[in-house]
Amino acid sequence: MSELLIRNGFVFDPLQGIKGDRMDIGVKDGKIVEPGTLKNAKTIDAAGMTVMAGGVDIHSHVVGPKVNVGRLFRPEDKLFKSPYKSPTCSRMEMGSSVPSTFKTGYDYARMGYVFVNEAAMPPLHSPHVHEEIRDTPIIDNAAMPVFGNNWFTLEYLKNNEIENNAAYTAWLLRATRGFGIKVVNPGGSEAWGWGLNCVNIHDPVPYFDITPAEIVKGLIETNEFLGLPHSVHLHCNNLGNPGNYVDTIESLKLAEGYAPKNDFGREQVLHLTHLQFHSYGGDSWGNFESRAKDVMDYVNAHDNLTFDMGQVTLDETTTMTADGPFEHHLCSLNHLKWANVDVELETAAGVVPYIYSPKVKVCTIQWAVGLELALFSKDMMRTFITTDHPNAGPFTRYPQVITWLMSRAARDETMKTFKWLDKTIDATSIDSIDRELDLYEIAQMTRAGPAKALGISNTYGGLAPGMDADIAVYALNPENMPSDPTDIEKAFSRCAWLVKDGIVTVRDGEVIAEPAKRTVWVDVKVPENAQVQRDIYEHFLRHYSVKLDNYSLFDEHLHNPRVIEVDTTQ
Amino acid sequence: MKTVTLTLTNSPELMLEGQNITPDNFAGKKAAEIAALDVWEGKQKSPLGKYFTVEGDGAATAEETKIVLRGDCTRVKRIGQQMTAGEIVIEGNADMYIGGWMKGGKIHVKGDVDSFCGIGMEGGELVVDGNAKSHLGSSPRGEWRGMQGGLIRVAGSVANDTATFINGGTIVIGGDADIHVSTHGEGGTVIIKGNAKGRVGGQMVKGDIYVYGTIENPLPGFQMVGEVEQEVDGETARFAHYIGDLGERHPVSKGKTVYANLYTRI
Repeated sequence: MSELLIRNGFVFDPLQGIKGDRMDIGVKDGKIVEPGTLKNAKTIDAAGMTVMAGGVDIHSHVVGPKVNVGRLFRPEDKLFKSPYKSPTCSRMEMGSSVPSTFKTGYDYARMGYVFVNEAAMPPLHSPHVHEEIRDTPIIDNAAMPVFGNNWFTLEYLKNNEIENNAAYTAWLLRATRGFGIKVVNPGGSEAWGWGLNCVNIHDPVPYFDITPAEIVKGLIETNEFLGLPHSVHLHCNNLGNPGNYVDTIESLKLAEGYAPKNDFGREQVLHLTHLQFHSYGGDSWGNFESRAKDVMDYVNAHDNLTFDMGQVTLDETTTMTADGPFEHHLCSLNHLKWANVDVELETAAGVVPYIYSPKVKVCTIQWAVGLELALFSKDMMRTFITTDHPNAGPFTRYPQVITWLMSRAARDETMKTFKWLDKTIDATSIDSIDRELDLYEIAQMTRAGPAKALGISNTYGGLAPGMDADIAVYALNPENMPSDPTDIEKAFSRCAWLVKDGIVTVRDGEVIAEPAKRTVWVDVKVPENAQVQRDIYEHFLRHYSVKLDNYSLFDEHLHNPRVIEVDTTQ
Repeated sequence: MKTVTLTLTNSPELMLEGQNITPDNFAGKKAAEIAALDVWEGKQKSPLGKYFTVEGDGAATAEETKIVLRGDCTRVKRIGQQMTAGEIVIEGNADMYIGGWMKGGKIHVKGDVDSFCGIGMEGGELVVDGNAKSHLGSSPRGEWRGMQGGLIRVAGSVANDTATFINGGTIVIGGDADIHVSTHGEGGTVIIKGNAKGRVGGQMVKGDIYVYGTIENPLPGFQMVGEVEQEVDGETARFAHYIGDLGERHPVSKGKTVYANLYTRI
């Protein structure tokens, strides 16, 4: 019977509409309770500090085979780059852009995060994903299997068999203990198996003869047919290329006419991930420019969409994505080392190191595009902070991203380091934006919003009684915000307190306990479907390198599961 | 200039990790404070004074500090690692990583050194009177930004993988070099006054290599384009001029394709 009272903090909880009121938060047995019901509580004095729910990251590459390739092929990412020696943790904390599992868990906890959604799980390699989830301390994890280039999905959707695709999706979520439908460069990664790509959303996939647009629409229909907690999570076609905002807006339009159908409070049918990489104008690197305004005009006007930023943090990092053709393209631009892999019937992946330099015009424009997306947004409950870790920058830079969003002075300070400042200002709108976000909006972008979009806002992302007692306290006084923006960054880098599941986990920025972490997955009950059963059997017999019996995740790989049940048979 | 003399009186059983032995760390410290600096032997941390007797104090700055190492340092690694200024003289042999990631100052080794010396070097001078083993002036494992600047001079011979990913700076080898010289090089100069075994300049994009003797197995990716007379390391000689590695990408600068140059003396 452990009780805890977090007293007198300025509480920001967008899920309940609480905007910095001075309140007490009660905790009993790992859940949030009314403070009045506590009898013998230990007290945390949060006077003069900001209290939020534990952070929720909607899109981050932290576990699985391609992350591990990044760790293996970048020994230089560890050398002299992770000097921090925690006085309280004895596990190996190394790596900068691709940290070790232990460093990943500890660093998220130090920033006050409790839930991280792994952005791309190759279904065939789900055991690896779950083993790394087990080894990542403290934070709860979910992982989304990739569907956008899966042979089953392509065949069902080509024949417009939504019900069969739904049955297959339910089967694969269970086989991989997955969380939702991730789509990476729909069709393009499959075309990469032929050395090709899908250059726009109407460019058909070789052999399958289905277009990316049809794949995305079919998956939205599948997702809403099943009523999953999260929506389709889309990495659009043509990532990272000048002029791609046209393809992006066309992809956004695919969601028109669809309404969310679920029991989890989710209001979008399509989540656009790392939108920064998809909001570029121009037709070459020479006249590369921001089109964040055009993209955001569309997003602001359509309630059934959410997005995360994918903010470039101007660091040396490691790109890794299931967008195989893109990584090859990137390698031919920067001539650094390159790893690529094809995952049988399912997906592909690539890894290339990348340096976002303030001396390079394209990089500083990318930096501006990400911030513009957030600053042009009219609804912060649909706008989430990410760096597409580690693609646009490491997740440990979220505090810096928050500071840029909260302070024009911090943005100006960074822009002073740009070699091509005038050209960057000409190609973007960043210099004309004075907007500074407040702590309530930051709470929307880092906890309440992502939790709602993931369909887990009954458990994570808020401070209402009955929810998990995940509470982050930051040494920031909203009535007396620091004049130096770097103090904001410091406060968000190392939270004063983190309580996870009612256990005091971080104090003064140091991890002092490791509460049991969970694996969150979605179990969908669907009616028996003999045709899909037979298709799965046939494909494994003919095409897979593993037997069907060995494909599904064995229970011993699954660590401390928290199952979200969806029943479509009712 | 103030001199700190370290004499190895109690030899380590394992290799000693001596990355604290730099003018930067000794500057502003008295002899007793220097003797208290950490060194690692295997997994055990000990004070420097357990192995060395320390005579003399450090000067106020690294520039003014000179370190002399006496005794058999064959099993002392990482002397002068990441140093930025000052001087180190090693009277005998030394182990691996001497002058690794060095930014400035000078190291003079009067005996031989082991592998990985001068890796990731950015500036300064490393002089070895004897021989060096593998990965001299090379890039650290996984790193594509190798030696950036500075000078490495080895009077004797070197083993393999010299100057991998070299970007700048100069390496002068008085004797012979084993296989792999300037692999993936994108700048800098390597001068081999003896013979080279083979794979000289493999996947090289930019930069220069001079070989005074013979190359036992030259690479087919290098093509002879003529003969030139050049002054190298203070003496003028005639060289056959090759460009390459033709199997690798090459940047174009001012309308001209840039190749790596390989010169062999005739």
